Amino acid sequence: MNAILLQAFNGLSVGSILLMVSLGLAFAFGLMGVINMAHGEFIMIGAYMAFVFQQIFAKVLGGVDAGIWFILAIPAAFIVAALLGVLMEVTLIRHLYGRPLDTLLATWGVGLVLQQAARSIFGAPNVNVSSPIWLTGGFDIGGGILFPYKRIFIIGLVVVTVITVYLYLQYTASGRRLRAVMQNRSMASALGVQSRRVDATTFALGTGLAGVAGCALALIGPIGPSLGTFYIVDAFMVVVLGGVGRLPGTILAAVLIGLANTLLELGTTATVGKVLVLLLVIAFLQWKPSGLSAFQTR
Amino acid sequence: MKQIFKFLRRWGPFLVVTAIFLLAPAFLSSFRLNQLGKFLTYAIIAVGLDLIWGYGGMLSLGQGLFFGLGAYGFAMYLKLQASGGKIPDFMFWSGLTQLPWFWVPFSSAIFAICAALLIPMLLAAVLGYFIFRSRVQGVYFSIITQALTLLTSIWFIGQQAYSGGTNGITDLGSAKLFGKALLSPTMQTAFYITTVLCLAGVYLLSRWLTEARFGRLLIALRDNEDRVRFLGYDPVMLKVMIFAFSAGLAALAGILFVPQVGIISPSSMGVVPSIEMVIWVAVGGRGTLVGAILGALLVSYGRSYLSESYPNVWQFFLGSLFVGSVILFPQGILGFLKAQAGKFRLPVIVRTPSNVGVPETVATVTPAGVNGGSSA
Repeated sequence: MNAILLQAFNGLSVGSILLMVSLGLAFAFGLMGVINMAHGEFIMIGAYMAFVFQQIFAKVLGGVDAGIWFILAIPAAFIVAALLGVLMEVTLIRHLYGRPLDTLLATWGVGLVLQQAARSIFGAPNVNVSSPIWLTGGFDIGGGILFPYKRIFIIGLVVVTVITVYLYLQYTASGRRLRAVMQNRSMASALGVQSRRVDATTFALGTGLAGVAGCALALIGPIGPSLGTFYIVDAFMVVVLGGVGRLPGTILAAVLIGLANTLLELGTTATVGKVLVLLLVIAFLQWKPSGLSAFQTR
Repeated sequence: MKQIFKFLRRWGPFLVVTAIFLLAPAFLSSFRLNQLGKFLTYAIIAVGLDLIWGYGGMLSLGQGLFFGLGAYGFAMYLKLQASGGKIPDFMFWSGLTQLPWFWVPFSSAIFAICAALLIPMLLAAVLGYFIFRSRVQGVYFSIITQALTLLTSIWFIGQQAYSGGTNGITDLGSAKLFGKALLSPTMQTAFYITTVLCLAGVYLLSRWLTEARFGRLLIALRDNEDRVRFLGYDPVMLKVMIFAFSAGLAALAGILFVPQVGIISPSSMGVVPSIEMVIWVAVGGRGTLVGAILGALLVSYGRSYLSESYPNVWQFFLGSLFVGSVILFPQGILGFLKAQAGKFRLPVIVRTPSNVGVPETVATVTPAGVNGGSSA
């Protein structure tokens, strides 16, 4: 029982990370049909931002343990990743409009370049980001089970992010424009929405979220140039399962896959767990080819 | 006389190139010959990938999986030969005392080769059936193939005792085939010649396929699957067949790869090699068979040159090559050459598909009109 509880919590934690990672991917794909293979590298950029902030600002802002630098690193990661995303969209993706497979390849190339850049700037070995002191330790619920504060923080961060994104989509003008273009691009254009600008904004939003995810990931492990490659395939699975660009579908898919990964791990090894999840996704797609969003009917 | 000219024009370049490759052992060092043999196996993979991507419109990011399975199959046979009837060393180190049951049949060469060819094809057929049946297309298909490759390579790494783990299957040098050691120049040359002949055979077979009705059906599938369905064909079975065929080609390449390179590890069948295979076809020219072979050779030579000369930054070049080839040369080198030749009305002796409605230039032979490689 204890093991199941622990794995369920871990599943939620993994799911929340996956959600943050895949949310941006889902939006970019839903809006533009673009699969960004460099998404993992934006996660890496966010993680390195945390590292950079630790190196540069920690001493000035009250020390490594106090963690002020970490709080500031989160929005900084978002901004840097978003700006790079805009750059990438304007110089590259825009020219590949309507060619999703080519975009896939081109963005993979960009990902390689970014990885190599990280290797050249920060070195190939992993670097460590120390956590602020108020995140060490965990929530003890007895029976020897410890829910680490770091993971609770990450879940909290993801919840706040999702709520922010939801509010942005529902109640701001630019969020409405995003939804409009996603639902019917030509109609939105006819009504005066600049769809190209919305494209750039959405892509930036997506990469920015990846940056925040990376910053959070810096808490729970060492970071290196190939950090992104660990999460990218899972993120794609979430996008495939969750359906295109739909917030509820993506949330559900991320949580499901996170839970399935960790719970299936119980009976077998981690790898077999992942294989089973993939097979389950393929099997699910037999039944509902458009993913979880097929359950949302109007 | 005219018949002879026609024959030469059609088959001349192919015969000349094949002859050059067959004569290579006479003037290449054994290292370079070995390298060329390896790259020629890559060309076989490229042809298979070109068939499903360039002609069929399905971008498979998982050819590495089938390549690896074929390679592992034959490597298992070679390993058993090298171990001389005893249990292979990596199993011994992992604490196994007896040969696992699924390794036992691999002591027969015929079984090993058949299994190495058929298991990947079967896997591709079954997976393809379920994936295509749910009308998963385009990007979704690519992602799923990539996930499969990733997971299989992770799984192989995890099964240390049965598959050699991260190191893979190594130390095949003491295997003896037909009484000769595997690494002897005679055997290596023999494998090289076999590779050349296999590539020639694969090329001819693929050319026959693509020129026949099947080829046109494939292109129709790529351009508009629904219309093909409305016309009464079953796209699912077509796709399954071509997917299985390309998997078989990748597996064949794996079988030829292992004896020449002497090792197979999960790093040759993972996500990264699979994407590089796509780059070969993209650079050379998708939708053209020669382009695939050319791309495989060019990119492989380029890569080995770059990674030797600039070990720290060659990934920049590789990444830029990806981006450049997609943006600047979506038709690949061959498509680019064809367009240039078309502009100057030069005789182009290489067979390439031409655009519908473009006037034929001298000496280019057009099969069914094919839109040069625009991907859906």
